[in-house]
Amino acid sequence: MPSIIYGGQSYQCKEHESVLDCMTAHDVTIPSSCRAGLCQTCLMQAVTGRVPEVAQVGLKQTLAAQNYFLACACYPEEDIEVKLPSLGVGKYSAVVVDINPLNADIVCLELSVGTKLNYKAGQFINLHKDTITARSYSLASVPEIDEHLHLHIRKLPNGHVSPWVHHALKVGDSVDISDANGNCFYIADNPDQNLLLIGTGSGLAPLYGIIRDALIQGHRGAIKLYHGSKTAESLYMSEELKSLAVRYPNFAYTPCVSGHSVPRGFASGRAHDVAIKENQDLAGWRIFLCGHPEMVATGKKLAFFAGASMRDIYADPFISTAKI
Amino acid sequence: MSSLYEKIGGEGAVNAAVDIFYRKVLKDDRIKRFFDGVDMDKQASKQKAFLTMAFGGPHNYTGEDMRKGHAHLVKQGLNDSHFDAVMENLGATLMELNVPGELIAQAAAIAESTRKDVLGK
Ligand SMILES: Cc1cc2nc3c(=O)[nH]c(=O)nc-3n(C[C@H](O)[C@H](O)[C@H](O)COP(=O)(O)OP(=O)(O)OC[C@H]3O[C@@H](n4cnc5c(N)ncnc54)[C@H](O)[C@@H]3O)c2cc1C
Ligand code: HEM
Ligand code: FES
Repeated sequence: MPSIIYGGQSYQCKEHESVLDCMTAHDVTIPSSCRAGLCQTCLMQAVTGRVPEVAQVGLKQTLAAQNYFLACACYPEEDIEVKLPSLGVGKYSAVVVDINPLNADIVCLELSVGTKLNYKAGQFINLHKDTITARSYSLASVPEIDEHLHLHIRKLPNGHVSPWVHHALKVGDSVDISDANGNCFYIADNPDQNLLLIGTGSGLAPLYGIIRDALIQGHRGAIKLYHGSKTAESLYMSEELKSLAVRYPNFAYTPCVSGHSVPRGFASGRAHDVAIKENQDLAGWRIFLCGHPEMVATGKKLAFFAGASMRDIYADPFISTAKI
Repeated sequence: MSSLYEKIGGEGAVNAAVDIFYRKVLKDDRIKRFFDGVDMDKQASKQKAFLTMAFGGPHNYTGEDMRKGHAHLVKQGLNDSHFDAVMENLGATLMELNVPGELIAQAAAIAESTRKDVLGK
């Protein structure tokens, strides 16, 4: 059993126990959110000892080189001494510029960051509520178009962070956010490739950023967006998307409603089902899937079966866990 | 004389084969249940490891690793018929990529040589 030294104390790490689980089991609080190696909230640094490679998947090279790792994905193979990132590593102070309702349970949170944050539309940042609680939110803004960062935040009634954004946060407040991470963004390596984007709920946020990024970079291939929800009312930004489709003939927007009452102008069915039914041969396409984790997993499989290469499938499941 | 791995086309061939092979496996009613519930991205990189191995490419897996790596599947009932199905999909993938028959036979022989370990016999 390897031991983990943290804050001068030594802890025995059981087999199949991650650094995060081991700390939690000993009542030591390490910031975490997804517990799935995605959000990077549980970033730690190894002072001595080697961390397995899988604990560094997705980290920026500069961080990996300094032995940073993800506590939830780190199953130590030897004794290690670890610490939380030095204050300020990958953290920025931001000011709330605006909070706008997009529909009954999603708001657009606009943040201004003093130091310029390097990001690509569609990546995500972690929004810190306090020193131990943070959640990931995707960037709907495009650095070249939007002055501020735009996040679409859906309220989960009993959540720790999203209701706080909806009800407690005020214009002028200061909040801490992380560096932008994630690889769900547009790359202008093939302007003629067709793009299929499928999102549910606030999963539109990254897609809205990616689409506008692709359009201003002169993407020529088809860009097809399928945005889905249970009811027509819970879709949002329809007007913006429709006018974008008028302005750019290669962009098509299909709002999808999976519930019973489907008004005229909406496709009936779940977004990924509608998208695959209307686009049966996806060989050579690039696919973006964001939102509900089950939709993302099913959508991935369907797109792959329809001919898309695994390499060309980009996905951000909006995983949420109940703890902390 | 160049190795089988080089003759088949090295990493490029693995990359070309992985989508085709993995799609076949996931659609194969005989074996797809073994691959359900595993994250597709992680699984795809394991498929690459499998193909690299079968193509005689560089890898660090021992027979013991193969035994351990598939032990949980053996518990779920993995047997010779499933192994045969994987061999079939491997062969069909290489045919689709127009790999010459003699090279397919060599790759199949490498995969076949792991049967006892994979099935925990
Ligand atoms: C990479 C990434 C990007 C993300 N981007 C966005 C984004 O752009 N916009 C956005 O709104 N969210 C996004 N999320 C999700 C977000 O990070 C939070 O998980 C979410 O806001 C919930 O946090 P919370 O603190 O409010 O709820 P928590 O305190 O985490 O609790 C959530 C509670 O609700 C339950 N729950 C989970 N899902 C549902 C559901 N669908 N309906 C009802 N209850 C549920 C959970 O079991 C839990 O009890 C993203 C997540 C990831 C990993
Ligand atoms: C034909 C010989 C086979 C070889 C050479 C082989 C090789 C491999 C290799 C190299 C891995 C990756 C191990 C790792 O890095 O973790 C792997 C994993 C796996 N193999 Fe095989 N394999 C074979 C047969 C099979 C068969 C017959 C099945 C089931 C039908 C199967 C199902 C799996 C699964 C599900 C995994 C992932 C395990 C997990 O992560 O849970 N394999 N295999
Ligand atoms: S990456 Fe570890 S908690 Fe999200």
